[in-house]
Amino acid sequence: MTSRRHISATVNGDPVEFLSEAGTTLLDALRDELGLTGSKEGCGSGDCGACSVIVDGRLICSCLMLAAEAEGRRIETIEGMADGSTLHPLQRKFLEHAALQCGFCTPGLLVAAKALLDANPDPSESETRYWLAGNLCRCTGYDKVIRAVMDAAAELRQARV
Amino acid sequence: MSQIAYLAPTSADEAAAALIKGGATARVLSGGTDLLVQLRAGRLAPGLIVDVKRVPGAIGIRQEDGGFVIGASTPGMTIGEHAALEKAWPGVVEAVMLIGSTQIQGRASIAGNLCNASPAADSAPALIAARATCVIVGPSGRREAPVEAIGIAPGRTSLAKGEFVLEIRLPPRAARSADAYLRSIPRTEMDIAVVGAGVNLTLDADGVIADARVALGAVGPTVALAPDAGAAIIGTRLDEAALARLDDAARSACQPISDKRGTVDFRTKIAGVLARRAAAIAYGRARGRA
Ligand SMILES: Cc1cc2nc3c(=O)[nH]c(=O)nc-3n(C[C@H](O)[C@H](O)[C@H](O)COP(=O)(O)OP(=O)(O)OC[C@H]3O[C@@H](n4cnc5c(N)ncnc54)[C@H](O)[C@@H]3O)c2cc1C
Ligand code: FES
Ligand code: FES
Repeated sequence: MTSRRHISATVNGDPVEFLSEAGTTLLDALRDELGLTGSKEGCGSGDCGACSVIVDGRLICSCLMLAAEAEGRRIETIEGMADGSTLHPLQRKFLEHAALQCGFCTPGLLVAAKALLDANPDPSESETRYWLAGNLCRCTGYDKVIRAVMDAAAELRQARV
Repeated sequence: MSQIAYLAPTSADEAAAALIKGGATARVLSGGTDLLVQLRAGRLAPGLIVDVKRVPGAIGIRQEDGGFVIGASTPGMTIGEHAALEKAWPGVVEAVMLIGSTQIQGRASIAGNLCNASPAADSAPALIAARATCVIVGPSGRREAPVEAIGIAPGRTSLAKGEFVLEIRLPPRAARSADAYLRSIPRTEMDIAVVGAGVNLTLDADGVIADARVALGAVGPTVALAPDAGAAIIGTRLDEAALARLDDAARSACQPISDKRGTVDFRTKIAGVLARRAAAIAYGRARGRA
């Protein structure tokens, strides 16, 4: 009895429709049904943040949400972050500061950092570190990540005035 | 995971009926930060998942009769953003905000924290100290139960078939009252409490403690009220002697296990220390309101 249900949601501003089994996670649906493979599965247990997406304005782990729960929801993934070929300031700053090595954690970190700056344009370094504590990186040692986020935040604040 | 069915009922009656029909393998879903972990690890094979987040009242915070009503499935982040709630119940809010990372906060609810029935559930000591109650809905209507009545053993609750928690209610706040929650974990973030201590107290006009409740987590099979610990500080201004009695009473209330996170001796000692510190924070907050 594998009943595939029909889900309608908004992903990165576009209406999408897909079929999903009841036990499928949002992460698997994004990757396998919608071909959005930017969100990664590092652990599947909520510990690493590589699967971070924003649902109705809230940062969540897509590995711990069912695709069925997405009905009618507004989902933002890493694929929606750049504006065409123009990178988001966070993406640009990650490159400038060499805030990535293997890159596996990067989409999750970028989505999480964007959620932070959407909520708080002027976070302290300590607020930034706590906010990103659910995003694990095995390569960078985090320092460059934090520099990149702080720098992007400063640039975004400048652009606003 | 292919045999699972999923329902998202839009009324409490519909949810209760679905849970009854789903039988022994039906599970309630709020934020999924425990349920999906268990499901994915193969520790749980539910036949039916009943997502109660679309039931009216399950999400959101409102003030009613001088108290607060928190939809039991409301994510932690929403609770942390509510300024009036934080002002009235700083201990409850800080306990909820300790659960997991930002991502976990985006989903994790009080209902899930209580009904997962872990002895280390962070919101439970603060809610028990606060005299919070659960509004439980089921096939035979609604009932209200104190938070301490929910968990009965690790992973087991007192909820009957078809029942789920719809709301968490915090009573009206008396003048000169405040609460606090502290936990000890081996790291600074993202870990499970080795001990948790919630303290809620009310002062009289002279700054003497007129009422106090202390609840402890991770030092027994369930999170529990420590009545003697509360009694130890009533009638005092939380002087050294009162703190020493509180420390004693908190330690006496412990019946912990030894595991990789802490031995019986360590947990017992820390329970006394955290009870003291949480009491001092709550006392300071209550004085600040005098
Ligand atoms: C990375 C990570 C870190 C964590 N850190 C902490 C931490 O620091 N402290 C802590 O206490 N916990 C922690 N947790 C555990 C978990 O996040 C919390 O227990 C959370 O509050 C569960 O809420 P939920 O809404 O996600 O529950 P769910 O997963 O939806 O449900 C949990 C249980 O409760 C039942 N349930 C859910 N809603 C209801 C309801 N309305 N009525 C009746 N039963 C219901 C479910 O059937 C299930 O058995 C962590 C989890 C992860 C993955
Ligand atoms: S894959 Fe979701 S948190 Fe690791
Ligand atoms: S760059 Fe490799 S895990 Fe972060």
